[in-house]
Amino acid sequence: MSEAMLVADRLTRHFGGLTANLEVCITLERGKLHALLGPNGAGKSTCINMLSGDLPPSSGRILLEDRDVTGLDSAARSHRGIGRSYQRTNIFPQFTVLENCRLAAQSRKPRPWRIFTDAMKASDTVERAHAAIVEAGLGGRELRKAGVLSHGEQRQLEIAMVLATDARVLLLDEPLAGMGSEESAQMVELLRKLKQNRAILLVEHDMDAVFAVADTITVMVEGSVLESGPPEQIRNSEEVQAAYLGEEEHG
Amino acid sequence: MNSAVVTLFKLAVLAGLALFPAIGSSFYVELVAKILVMAIFAMSLALLVGFTGLVSLGHAAYFGIAAYTVALIAPEYEAANLWFVLVASVLAAAVAAFFIGLFVLRTKGIYFIMVTLAFAQMAYYIFHDTALGRSSDGIYLNFKPDASLFGWMPFNLDEPLQLYYFILAAMVAVFVLLAFVLRSPFGRVLAGIHSNEHRMKSLGYATFRYKLAAFTLAGALAGVAGFLYAVLFGFVTPEYLSWHHSGNVLMMVILGGLGSLAGAVAGAFAFIGLQEMFSDWTKHWQLLMGLVIVAAVLFMPTGLAGLPRRIFRTINWGEDDE
Repeated sequence: MSEAMLVADRLTRHFGGLTANLEVCITLERGKLHALLGPNGAGKSTCINMLSGDLPPSSGRILLEDRDVTGLDSAARSHRGIGRSYQRTNIFPQFTVLENCRLAAQSRKPRPWRIFTDAMKASDTVERAHAAIVEAGLGGRELRKAGVLSHGEQRQLEIAMVLATDARVLLLDEPLAGMGSEESAQMVELLRKLKQNRAILLVEHDMDAVFAVADTITVMVEGSVLESGPPEQIRNSEEVQAAYLGEEEHG
Repeated sequence: MNSAVVTLFKLAVLAGLALFPAIGSSFYVELVAKILVMAIFAMSLALLVGFTGLVSLGHAAYFGIAAYTVALIAPEYEAANLWFVLVASVLAAAVAAFFIGLFVLRTKGIYFIMVTLAFAQMAYYIFHDTALGRSSDGIYLNFKPDASLFGWMPFNLDEPLQLYYFILAAMVAVFVLLAFVLRSPFGRVLAGIHSNEHRMKSLGYATFRYKLAAFTLAGALAGVAGFLYAVLFGFVTPEYLSWHHSGNVLMMVILGGLGSLAGAVAGAFAFIGLQEMFSDWTKHWQLLMGLVIVAAVLFMPTGLAGLPRRIFRTINWGEDDE
C-alpha cells in the first residue's frame, strides 16, 4: 500500500549557462525510502534544495499530496510537512540539545503574542521535543550544548530537529557523512524505523547504507536522471556501473 | 556565581538608585535621571544588537522622533497631558520603526548597518532642515506634562524628585518587560535567528516577521527613552537623531556586554559617567572615550556584564556554574 506524498515533476534549474538539473522526476512514497545517488556535481544538492524550498526551480513543479507547493518558500513548506536536514551540520551550537529541538517543535505552535509566558513552560512543545530526541537516539543528552556533541551526535540532532517539526516528508542530505562504522550502523537502523510512517529522500554517498535501506534508488549523472528503480535493478544496471559505481570503486 | 546572587545584586543596585536622591545634590540627581533614560535607550538597542543580531546604526531616529512628537504636539502656553503625549510619541516612534523596518530588514550585515544609518540621517534632516522641525536650533518644551488622570493627579513632574522616580519606574518597567520578552517563545525565536537564521526558516519560521516585530518594539522603547529625555530637559534638538547619538548608544551596549540587559544598563552608567569625568578634564574628552572603548573591546570582550564572572574565575572563588 503505497501512496505518493512528494512528487517532483520535470524539475529544471539553470545557473547562468550551466544546467544543474534537467527535467528531474522523483516520487517519494509513504513508508518508503528513496535514495538519490550520483557522483559529485551530478546535481543532487540542487535537487534537494529545490524540494526543500531553499532554491526556486527554473521550471517544473513540486506537488505535495497533489497540491502544488512550487511557489512556497522553505518556511511555508515546513508547515506543510516537509522537513530537511543539511549536509553541513546546521544546528544552533550555543543552545542545548533540548532547546534545539524545542525551537523546532515550537514552530508548530509559535504563540508569539504570549510574551509573558516562559517558553520552557509550554509543556506540549517541550514534550514533543523530548519525544523527537528519544526517537533520534539522543535520550539522556538533552541538556548538553549542541556545539560540544560528537559529529555523529550532531547528525542525529539534525534529524531530531526535523522530527520535532512533525515532518511527514524527510529530506536527508548525507546524514551519514563523516560517521564511523558503528555510528553509521545506528543511523541505518534509525532510518529504517523512521520510514515506517513517513516518506524519505536520502542523499548519500555510503553505498552499503543505501543498498541496505533504500526501497527505490535514483541515479543522477550530470544533472539528469540516469536510471531509477529498486536496488537490485540499479545494482545490475550496466549503465549505472559504467557511469558511477565503477568510477567510485577506483576513486 | 548563582542566579540568587545576581538577583540580589540587581535589587541592591535598584535600592541604591531609589535612595540616591537622599544623598545626591540636584545636579547629580538629574545626571542619574539622564543615565536612566539612556539605559532605557541602550536596552532597546540591546534587543536588536545583542539578542537578535541586528546591528542598527540608526537607532537615534526613533529616540528623536518620539522627543520631537512631544515637543510638536504639546501646547505652547499650558502643560500637555502626560498620558496622551506619552502614548502619542511612543506610537510615532513605533510606526516609524515599523515602516523603516519593512525596508531595512531586507538587507543583512554591513548593508543593514548602512541603510539603518541612511534612514536615520533622512530623519535627522527632516527635523534639521524642514519647517516640521521649526528650527535647526531645536524646540523648547515650556511645561512638564501634567500627569492627571480623570481629574486625579498621581504625581507631579514639575517636582524634580517625582520626575526622577517616574524615570526610575520607567527604566525598571522596560527592564522587566524585556526580561519577560526574552524568555517567551517570541524571545527564543529571536535568539534562534541570532544563532542561525537560515535554519530557523527551514524549521518553518517566517523570520522576517519576527525581526520586524523586534525592530518595532525596539523603536517603541527607544521612543520611551526619547520621550523621557525631552521631558527631563524640556528641550529637543535635531542632535537627538544624529549619528553621533546612534553611535554613542551602540557603544553603551558594547561596553556593557552584548546579550545582557543588565549589561546595557551598566554600559549607560559607564559611558555617561566617563563622559562627565573626561569632559571635566578636557574638551577633547572623545579622545579619552575612544581609548576606553578600544581597551574595553580588547580586554573585556564580554563587557561589563561578563566582568563579575571573570573576576570570580580569576580569583577562583565559588563554583563555575557553566
